[in-house]
Amino acid sequence: MAQEATLDILNNVEFDDDGFMVDPNAWTPEIGEAIAAREGIELTDRHWVVINFARQEFEKNGQPPTLRRITKTTDVSTKEIYKLFPGGPAKVAAKIAGLGKPTGCI
Amino acid sequence: MSQNGDSKPRKLSIICSKGSLDMAYPPLILANAARMSGIEADLFFTFWGLDIITKSKMDKLNVATVGNPNMHPWFHIPSIIGILPGMSAAASWMMRREIDKLDFPPVGEFLEMVMDAGTGVYGCKMSMDMMKLTEKDLVDGAKVLGAMEFLEMAEGAQVLFI
Repeated sequence: MAQEATLDILNNVEFDDDGFMVDPNAWTPEIGEAIAAREGIELTDRHWVVINFARQEFEKNGQPPTLRRITKTTDVSTKEIYKLFPGGPAKVAAKIAGLGKPTGCI
Repeated sequence: MSQNGDSKPRKLSIICSKGSLDMAYPPLILANAARMSGIEADLFFTFWGLDIITKSKMDKLNVATVGNPNMHPWFHIPSIIGILPGMSAAASWMMRREIDKLDFPPVGEFLEMVMDAGTGVYGCKMSMDMMKLTEKDLVDGAKVLGAMEFLEMAEGAQVLFI
């Protein structure tokens, strides 16, 4: 029941064909939780370190940070970020943070 | 997920046969990009490519100034000047600086990063025998593999030769 209630939030959110939010500014932490649940990930404090950093960088620069910038700037290592966001951390983390599909090479 | 519609995960196997600085980056960048987007990746280093994973050489790779028609972004120099002592070192230094500006790590660090990301790193047994190298000479975590074993491992993967 709780799970359904969480995912209901997503009915009012617009996604592109690849599952990324169309409008990053419409994102809220609750929406992030729901997207993560849809991806099969239960968010912990460590996930939030990455998500919050990605959001901050996006608000500052208008684009999501590269994975390398995340691992260089936060205390989350490459190994850890791959454990936190299985199935491709660049895509999965950007999706949960409500940001567009990452285009960087690093 | 595969983009071909089946349920097997997509997989990339790259054979790295060149050991110059400019040829070290393409396989590392592709393997890293693959892992970032959830694609499996393996790197098989053979012949001069072994320099990329040899501890004593990986951070001293050079770019050729002679016989390289693509030197123009750094040097507008003809090959005859490129043969002068120190030209290759200078060009390599400049390329390293440009790579660093783009926030790409040096080769050794990049290799560690792609391995932390789950990329398999393998040295070609035959080339290693030829160059008198053992597993101890290679970056930690690299394994030695024969050509047949590599082909077995690459089954179903998209294979690139660099």
